[in-house]
Amino acid sequence: MAVATTAATGVGNPPVTAARRRRSSALPYVLVLPAIIVLGAMLGYPLVRLGTMSLQEYGLPQVFGKPAPWVGFANFRAILEDSYFWTVLWRTLIFCFVNVALTMVLGVLIALLLEALGKRMRLFVSASLIIAWAMPALTATIVWQWLFDTEYGLVNWALDRQGESWWADQLTFFMVATIIVVWMGIPFIAFTTYAALTQIPTDMIEAAKLDGAGFRQTFRHIVFPAVKPILLILTALSVIWDFRVFTQIYVLQRAGGITRDTNLLGVFAYRISIGENRFDIGAAVAIVMLLITALLTVAYLRAMLKQEEV
Amino acid sequence: MTAALSAKGRRRLTRVGVNAAGVLVAAIALFPVYWMVLSSFKRNSELRALSPQFLPTNPTLNNYRKVLERDFFWTAMRNSALVTATVVTLALAIAFLAAVAISRFRFRGRVAFIIAVIAIQMVPAEALIISLFQVLDGRELTNRIIGLSLTYLIFVLPFTIWTLRGFVGGVPLELEEAARVDGASRFGAFMRVTLPLVAPGLVATGIFAFILAWNEFIFALVIMNRPQTQTMPVWLQAFNEGARGTDWGGVMAGSTVMALPVVIFFLIVQRKVTAGLTAGAVKG
Repeated sequence: MAVATTAATGVGNPPVTAARRRRSSALPYVLVLPAIIVLGAMLGYPLVRLGTMSLQEYGLPQVFGKPAPWVGFANFRAILEDSYFWTVLWRTLIFCFVNVALTMVLGVLIALLLEALGKRMRLFVSASLIIAWAMPALTATIVWQWLFDTEYGLVNWALDRQGESWWADQLTFFMVATIIVVWMGIPFIAFTTYAALTQIPTDMIEAAKLDGAGFRQTFRHIVFPAVKPILLILTALSVIWDFRVFTQIYVLQRAGGITRDTNLLGVFAYRISIGENRFDIGAAVAIVMLLITALLTVAYLRAMLKQEEV
Repeated sequence: MTAALSAKGRRRLTRVGVNAAGVLVAAIALFPVYWMVLSSFKRNSELRALSPQFLPTNPTLNNYRKVLERDFFWTAMRNSALVTATVVTLALAIAFLAAVAISRFRFRGRVAFIIAVIAIQMVPAEALIISLFQVLDGRELTNRIIGLSLTYLIFVLPFTIWTLRGFVGGVPLELEEAARVDGASRFGAFMRVTLPLVAPGLVATGIFAFILAWNEFIFALVIMNRPQTQTMPVWLQAFNEGARGTDWGGVMAGSTVMALPVVIFFLIVQRKVTAGLTAGAVKG
């Protein structure tokens, strides 16, 4: 949840008008140096390592110090020729698409609802959403796991299906995973969209109403165009986040999901590497993940830089 | 019949509908959290009752007692406390300097640095676990507080830099200049004028860094793989897996213990850190 706010503040920060041109000196470089060193060592170096590992043979013997032979793109060829990899990739993309679509639609609807509500109700609903937003991903997943528990879960009691597992079947597994991801993702979308909605000058909406526009027309011609840029950014961010969902899937798999039927790209890379000691193949999967994310990020950055002067 | 309704009546009807929708949304948002806390005070017999109780009838503290006495609970608490303290201290110090640089100076590479900071937040940590584990293992930094703390800086730093940038940039340069006219050095003016004004921002950002580090699960799972080095999330998930659905009271008590500080802190700083949310959001 908290990472979400990263973007929220990122998107919303006022432009730096206070920054003035100062005569260039070494000082700013000294100031950013610690950050660059830490990020370089903890992020840059592992990234390079990941790249080299994906071009080597790297299994258990290499973990114990045997030299790793270079194999060119053999690892990539191996995964691209593996039909299971494609299954997982498509599954990840579909999961991502469904979750983003649901989060965005419900989030925007709730934002509109927040605007329609009176002051007190809005405060109450906002507080509830903030509490949901604050829940750590792990505890939220565990609580939902309990709600959907096979024997004593509330949901099975309500549906009168005690004893039937939600985890064993692929479709129901992803249904619950989607509920968790969407439940956790909505507050951020709703609040950011609501904030954007409040920025629309009320006289514009009044004028449209005077001209005889109904709710639908007002939304289409005034409200939507005004919030479209922020919706684009939010969509791009959601895609990037839901593409890498890990905790929810991992925990639900442990609850009884069939790993092979429920792996998404992140968990898959983790399992090949840590579980099967095929660090080379795992690295290749991770690189594919990074490349897809990089494409999405470029789209996001473009939308974002259009919004805000850096 | 609808036609018979006056405009006033129709408006009242809409109001009722909107409020009902609001209550529904709030209920869905809150219920899992409520259920977590409620379950943590229930006895095992109640948790397994044929029809569940939706209100506390006979609350017990037993689950909490069990959790606090459970193996490695206090070790995990201690590890989490140490990791978060290290992360918050390092992140604030390093990020503050960088934030000053990008909001107070124009220099070559500034835009590139900012773009890098934003882009890094998009890197899926999940993809990095493998090589990061190996890099840390090679330096004998796995299963150590400092190893995990440095790892967390990957995603905490970009966030803190970006947020602090907003806070530092929000302090008018004129104030600092006025102090310098009055004879203060640039450093002195900065320390006496800008820093106090940024302090609330530092607190808010620090709390957020705390939340990020406290919640993190995946890296901790891989890097801290011994019972003695587990952090709270790893401990909780181990408890959850071990219980296999037989001790929901205990697992919910553990979840509550882990989530409570986060929810409280988040409620405190949410406004402050996301306050800038609207400012530049829709100006296009």
